[in-house]
Amino acid sequence: MTTPAVAVQGLKKTYGKVEAVKGVSFEVAPGEVFGFLGPNGAGKTTTISMLCTLIHPTGGQARVAGHDVVTARDQVRANIGLVFQDPTLDSYLTAEQNLRFHAELYGVPKSLVGERLRQVMEMVALWDRKDAKVMTFSGGMKRRLEIARGLLHSPRVLFLDEPTVGLDPQTRSAIWGYINKLRHREDITIFMTTHYMDEAEYCDRIAIMDHGEIVVVDSPEALKASVGKDRVQIHTPDEGAAILALRECFGLEAAVHEGAVTFAVASGEEFVPRLFAELGLPIQSVSVSRPSLDDVFMNYTGSTIRDAEESGAGNQWMKAMARR
Amino acid sequence: MSAEAIAVRVPGRSFGHDLRAVKVVLHREMLRFVSDRTRMLSMLLQPVLWLFVMGTGLGSLVQGAIPGIDYRTFMYPGMISMTVIMTGMFSAASIVWDREFGFLREMLVAPVSRGAIVVGKCLGGAIVAVGQGIVILAMAGLVGVPYSPPLMLTLLFEMFLAAFTITAFGVTLAARMKNMQTFFGLMQMAIMPMIFLSGAMFPLANLPSWLHVLTTVNPLTYAVDPMRQAVFAAVSVPPEVDAMLNPGVQWFGWQVPIPVELGLVAAIGAALLGVAIAQFRRAD
Repeated sequence: MTTPAVAVQGLKKTYGKVEAVKGVSFEVAPGEVFGFLGPNGAGKTTTISMLCTLIHPTGGQARVAGHDVVTARDQVRANIGLVFQDPTLDSYLTAEQNLRFHAELYGVPKSLVGERLRQVMEMVALWDRKDAKVMTFSGGMKRRLEIARGLLHSPRVLFLDEPTVGLDPQTRSAIWGYINKLRHREDITIFMTTHYMDEAEYCDRIAIMDHGEIVVVDSPEALKASVGKDRVQIHTPDEGAAILALRECFGLEAAVHEGAVTFAVASGEEFVPRLFAELGLPIQSVSVSRPSLDDVFMNYTGSTIRDAEESGAGNQWMKAMARR
Repeated sequence: MSAEAIAVRVPGRSFGHDLRAVKVVLHREMLRFVSDRTRMLSMLLQPVLWLFVMGTGLGSLVQGAIPGIDYRTFMYPGMISMTVIMTGMFSAASIVWDREFGFLREMLVAPVSRGAIVVGKCLGGAIVAVGQGIVILAMAGLVGVPYSPPLMLTLLFEMFLAAFTITAFGVTLAARMKNMQTFFGLMQMAIMPMIFLSGAMFPLANLPSWLHVLTTVNPLTYAVDPMRQAVFAAVSVPPEVDAMLNPGVQWFGWQVPIPVELGLVAAIGAALLGVAIAQFRRAD
């Protein structure tokens, strides 16, 4: 049996009376891309900070790469790479100097530093900018450089806390390109947090976190399947008649969304032939879509992630505490 | 794309590893200093102003009272210590800066001892400060101090000791500080009186007793006095002027010898270093 890359049992963190993380348990297998999905203030950063040995848990246990995060901090630190939400680069140094600093601090064998440095910098396409000062870099370049730095010492687990927050869509997809490349090239487990639904799709498994608790853990596909129903949209000349007919023939409640008659039904693809056979109205087009993670989030937490973020605004100070 | 990833195995913690960490923290300190020309210049300008503007002005006033010596010669060791102190404190301030800009976290999550980081920082601060001090040393001739190698070496050593201790002091202050303004406020509050009371600006002889007590408990006094004694030993001064300008430090009538003064500075430095390391251990 292989040891899990991350194993967490009843991990807890309280600040005074506020329970930032209320005893979470989960495991991440080696080689997995595991995502924490949740609104701001849900306790994602606090949890990740505990796993990275940055803050002391109030209770519970966590092992990363087989080492306890409280009693074997140095072993944990040697085996993890970190990319934080806020940049932690020295902007007065060049890209290469920043990476060399890291290599020395982590004790990367001297004979390997040069080669490895080039490899990680090429991977994020920054090799040609290695002699430029970091202060001249854009937000996306800084993040890429941090990813390269996080990988420099070949960590077993790479932690990415909101790796694409505040970046434009193009840079975001580029960063995801690097992360995907990474999983294939390096023997590494990736643990990330995000509040972008579309990014959670890249994960093998995601844990939905809300109000300091893990609501559910599963693969994106399984989570979406658990919502059960697909979304079907039809275009028809007479929308009113279609809605009526749907109710009479199939007992389905439909409404007009985005200019199309929309309704939810289990296994939508199998439903389409029946629709044509039994509806008795002309149909111009049909589209069937699987439930999105938005639907999943809604299903498990009772609110959309955006609603949850607005109500969670008061939790910002907790993040500030965790950041330190 | 190259096929195989180069796998790096990070070795366990060892003394050698900590030593590398000390070296790289120190190295960064120097890189930062060299790249910041403005800071280098402003750090130099201050003592030059004191020495050549204040010193010349005051010197013409007290000329009659101290025959046979240039007032600027008296001020010279004081200005060396001032430069060293300011530079050391600024190096320490970069910890607060690093915290604000996140870089401190990069250092604190590394698998190295906190001690290595703090020692690297203090050594870096001390070396940068000595570098600044060397520029002041180069001006010795302008204020009538001979360029004798033993004197220069003594001053270098004493500078290093003072700089290390003051950086350790600054790092202790900075360890818990969250923003730059607070740190500079506190630094001004601590440093100005210490410089005033150290004998850097005026001689410590014939002071009212309350002031005398303050100068004896001021740790900086013991950093400035050995430098002054070294300089005065190298120039010829009439004995009565020497007694007035270079009285040394006395504890209840006992003349404190230079090695004891230096030992005191070193001991304070070591103690502050210990406190700073403890602060960083506690912080995580």
